[in-house]
Amino acid sequence: MSGSDTSPGRIEQTFARARDDGRLAFIAYLTAGYPEPDATPALVEALIAGGVDALELGIPFSDPLADGPTIQRSTFQALQGGMTAARCLELVRELRNKGVVIPIILMTYYNPILAYGQDRFIQDAAAAGMDGLIGIDLPPEEAEELAAQCRANSVDLIPLLAPTSTDERIGLAVRQASGFVYCVSVAGVTGARKALPSELWGLLQRVRRQTELPLAVGFGISRREHVEALQGQADAAIVGSAIIDVIEESPRAEREAKVKEYVEVLTGRRKARN
Amino acid sequence: MASRTLPDDRGRFGDFGGRFVPETLMTALGELERAFAEAQADASFREELDGLLHNYAGRPTPLYFAENLSRKLSGAGADEPPSLRIYLKREDLAHTGAHKINNALGQGLLARRLGKRRIIAETGAGQHGVATATVCAMLGLECIVYMGAVDVQRQALNVFRMKLLGAEVRVVESGSRTLKDAINEAIRDWVTNVTTTHYLLGSAVGPHPYPLMVREFQSVIGSEAREQLLAAEGRLPDYALACVGGGSNAIGLFHPFYDDESVRFIGVEAAGEGLSTGRRAASLSAGRPGVLHGAYSYLLQDEAGQVEETHSISAGLDYPGVGPELSFYKESGRAQFAAVTDDEALDGFRLLSETEGIIPALEPAHALAYLAKLAPDIAKDSLVLVCLSGRGDKDMETVAQALGVDLV
Ligand SMILES: Cc1ncc(COP(=O)(O)O)c(C=O)c1O
Repeated sequence: MSGSDTSPGRIEQTFARARDDGRLAFIAYLTAGYPEPDATPALVEALIAGGVDALELGIPFSDPLADGPTIQRSTFQALQGGMTAARCLELVRELRNKGVVIPIILMTYYNPILAYGQDRFIQDAAAAGMDGLIGIDLPPEEAEELAAQCRANSVDLIPLLAPTSTDERIGLAVRQASGFVYCVSVAGVTGARKALPSELWGLLQRVRRQTELPLAVGFGISRREHVEALQGQADAAIVGSAIIDVIEESPRAEREAKVKEYVEVLTGRRKARN
Repeated sequence: MASRTLPDDRGRFGDFGGRFVPETLMTALGELERAFAEAQADASFREELDGLLHNYAGRPTPLYFAENLSRKLSGAGADEPPSLRIYLKREDLAHTGAHKINNALGQGLLARRLGKRRIIAETGAGQHGVATATVCAMLGLECIVYMGAVDVQRQALNVFRMKLLGAEVRVVESGSRTLKDAINEAIRDWVTNVTTTHYLLGSAVGPHPYPLMVREFQSVIGSEAREQLLAAEGRLPDYALACVGGGSNAIGLFHPFYDDESVRFIGVEAAGEGLSTGRRAASLSAGRPGVLHGAYSYLLQDEAGQVEETHSISAGLDYPGVGPELSFYKESGRAQFAAVTDDEALDGFRLLSETEGIIPALEPAHALAYLAKLAPDIAKDSLVLVCLSGRGDKDMETVAQALGVDLV
């Protein structure tokens, strides 16, 4: 259901393929331009080699108020390297030119898009090869214009829903959505956690009752057992902070290898070494 | 011109305001909006708040005719009547030494009504932190205050006061380590603990309903001053001046005069080391609209939409954003905005201390400094109302340092 054209978009195709394989789709988050301005393409290649189905690319913002310490640090480092919304679109174009065919979803706070020009941003991002957009501080009430612009450019606007979302708010969000629904596992900021919170399961049931769209779960996922627990309950797992942690902890020369290995563990392609 | 019925039901003052927050907070903001509307309609809530404002906070605060200052700024001789008549609304005499207590009491009672016993707050100058810690001590609520590391250092006295009042002060080391980052950290806490916690935001900023709610709790400043001035002078002021950080004392002073079109509103921001230097905190004078901390409003930001680091000698004005209603006042022309530098604010600080024996906080010293600049151009026999939003005790170290005085 990607916008106004009738051919299914990359996001829809990706979820359909994973469903046909009887497995969870796997979405990885990277802060664009972290740790160095030109580090992203090689990291994306490693993610894909590890089995990632879709990429979420974060546009850094000076005031990441929904993020925990890990993504805050990556954000500040990326900003210091000069990353902007405009450069992030160049990066998307570069990834497409390098043959990256998986869905690319941009995740951002609202102000960098506003400063770029909301309408122009969606047009330019769609032309660069962006498939979907997530606005972290953009609830459905404030996203109506952006949603129309996304529809006009066949871009999926992906809503965030949280355990605190009422059924009424879930309805509001899914009516505006396409692509998939991002279910935030916990009332909290981003960051790797030890266990999946119990309030997640109720949220998934409540969202499922109101939409056929695939449900992706993010915030806190860092272990293979988290991913296994989601099997049958959701359609995709999103991992962010835990990947940034791996990048942060790895020596530069081993960075891509470590990221690939970690993703292989999470996707079940490789057994975890304890 | 749109009227004082704003904000609309989406929390918008014209284009400004709204609710740009993570989904996790949306339900709580809706609950808060409803609880606030119910409380406002509930006579017993109003009665309890008025009682506390009177008996606990010391309201009404005096309206003082600053005759010496008036004479000095009109250039009048010792025996001549001044051609300008300047009145100070003495929020410095409210309990805890600033206007912040008005809002802290209102939201504290509201939190109790919501059944939320854990209170978080941000603070810049420490005045809002102290006011919140005070109210929490009185109401028996748990209190956690986020404060940037830079501010912890320059307002050390207020940090100690908060701790004495039983609050936990959490030092924020991220970003510019000032008020903006303290708000980020408070929002992160709120996202995590939203079901048990009330975020007692200290200025007329943030997502709807905060700008509305803080304005309503601070409007006691302007309502009292209007009545007091009418009693003293039999007429309305020609000018109303207030300093602008987030804008709560300014909107609290201005709003009750909104329909009195002859009253000119002037908001004074912090120009820091100069508006063109980049070391400043004047969002309305030097920024453009954007989204920070949940609202669309004037914002100091770079070309790419990254929020700029700010500077002001006054911790309470050291913030890159401003409340959406003041942005609306700017756009509609209802208010004018100006900015004065750190040095000018220090002059204003000394001016009031020396002429009237009142040591102001550095924040309202900005409003006084601008009044001193404006005075020669003000028509004879004008009546000027200034919000003296707080007292200067907290700023002794900063001022001593700026004047090159060693305190020990
Ligand atoms: C005395 C005083 N005045 C003014 C301010 C600025 O806040 P606002 O613009 O919300 O009144 C502060 C903030 O800490 C303050 O302490």
